[in-house]
Amino acid sequence: MTILLLALLVGIGSFGAGLLGALTGLGGGIVVVPMLTILFHVDLRYAIGASLVSVIATSSGAAAAYVREGFTNVRVGIFLEVATTVGALVGAALAGVIPTSALAVLFGLVLLYTAYRSFQAPEEHVTTAPSHPWATRLRLNDAYPVAGAMRPYSVQGVPAGFGLMFVAGVLSALLGIGSGVVKVIAMDRTMKLPFKVSTTTSNFMIGVTAAASAGVYLHRGYIDPALAFPVMLGVLAGALLGARILTIAKTRSLRVLFTAVVVVLSVEMLYKGITGGL
Amino acid sequence: MEQIVGRLLQVGVLVAAAVVLIGAVALLVQHGHQPADFRVFRGASSGLRSVDDIVRAAFSLDSRAIVQLGLVLLIATPVARVALTLVAFVVQRDRLYVAITALVLALLLYGLIWGRA
Repeated sequence: MTILLLALLVGIGSFGAGLLGALTGLGGGIVVVPMLTILFHVDLRYAIGASLVSVIATSSGAAAAYVREGFTNVRVGIFLEVATTVGALVGAALAGVIPTSALAVLFGLVLLYTAYRSFQAPEEHVTTAPSHPWATRLRLNDAYPVAGAMRPYSVQGVPAGFGLMFVAGVLSALLGIGSGVVKVIAMDRTMKLPFKVSTTTSNFMIGVTAAASAGVYLHRGYIDPALAFPVMLGVLAGALLGARILTIAKTRSLRVLFTAVVVVLSVEMLYKGITGGL
Repeated sequence: MEQIVGRLLQVGVLVAAAVVLIGAVALLVQHGHQPADFRVFRGASSGLRSVDDIVRAAFSLDSRAIVQLGLVLLIATPVARVALTLVAFVVQRDRLYVAITALVLALLLYGLIWGRA
């Protein structure tokens, strides 16, 4: 296959991934690595490098829209970024020593979990419980706009959330994904942030987390321009279009379609990982 | 401040994408007919791995380096966002968050400039 043909096919695939990722809210980054490795037989390291770059593009593009809406909690974001960036650097160090087959199995499991989570409706919390003492000391408690008024919320489970964010950072670097699923568990389930605050703050953080390991991978040669450009441009174009047509698309059936794709890819990744075919 | 941050992210991504696109067109014209081989990991060539090498090669109009420069700009966008957040906390005289944000920024620069983990 020539560089031109590969760029064309990878670009089309990445566009689809970005589009479906934006429409379903699951993020396209998670299917880029399996697509590149299974369909195009790309080495896992090149695939991770290209995927991380696309994760930064979509995260920063989407975050730009969210910041203006006033849901993002900058203190929570920057505090948890300590955990995710340390995690990302640890993950990048581990990536050099963990065998590819083990990474493929781990990827398969994360994909399966993402598929499972995609069928659970987000829960909206009543955050009247007293906040965690660390949250008070770190001044994490804030308010967010609901129907024109500011509704205050208090933050729970700060140490557990911080720990989960470290895990999210490690996974982001090891697998070249945004780890949005783990970030939402940490902020939504553990720290009990309102759903809108947790999703926007998480999106805000994904780019920073990915940038930490992308910098390291650049030096290791994981980011090859001929492969990274169709992935980055494709995913970005797909995500931008997805954000634009979000209101008119039938999200439910798309979600089922995207989840089916994720399940198929997870089975493939697990199979390849176990048989050592990657 | 929030407005500026949002704008910065948007502009950063768009500028990065434009540079990548220009480099990509040149790359396809120059190397498009060559066989693509990503099955076996060799790593991007050594001149495309550090920020200063990439900048130098991009200014001598090497198409791969132009794409790589766009990707570096993209990676730098969230780093710039953290730097702006640091400025905001300095202005607010929020010492605790100045320290926390400076730590995050240092970790990011460590990865991007020295490339060690």
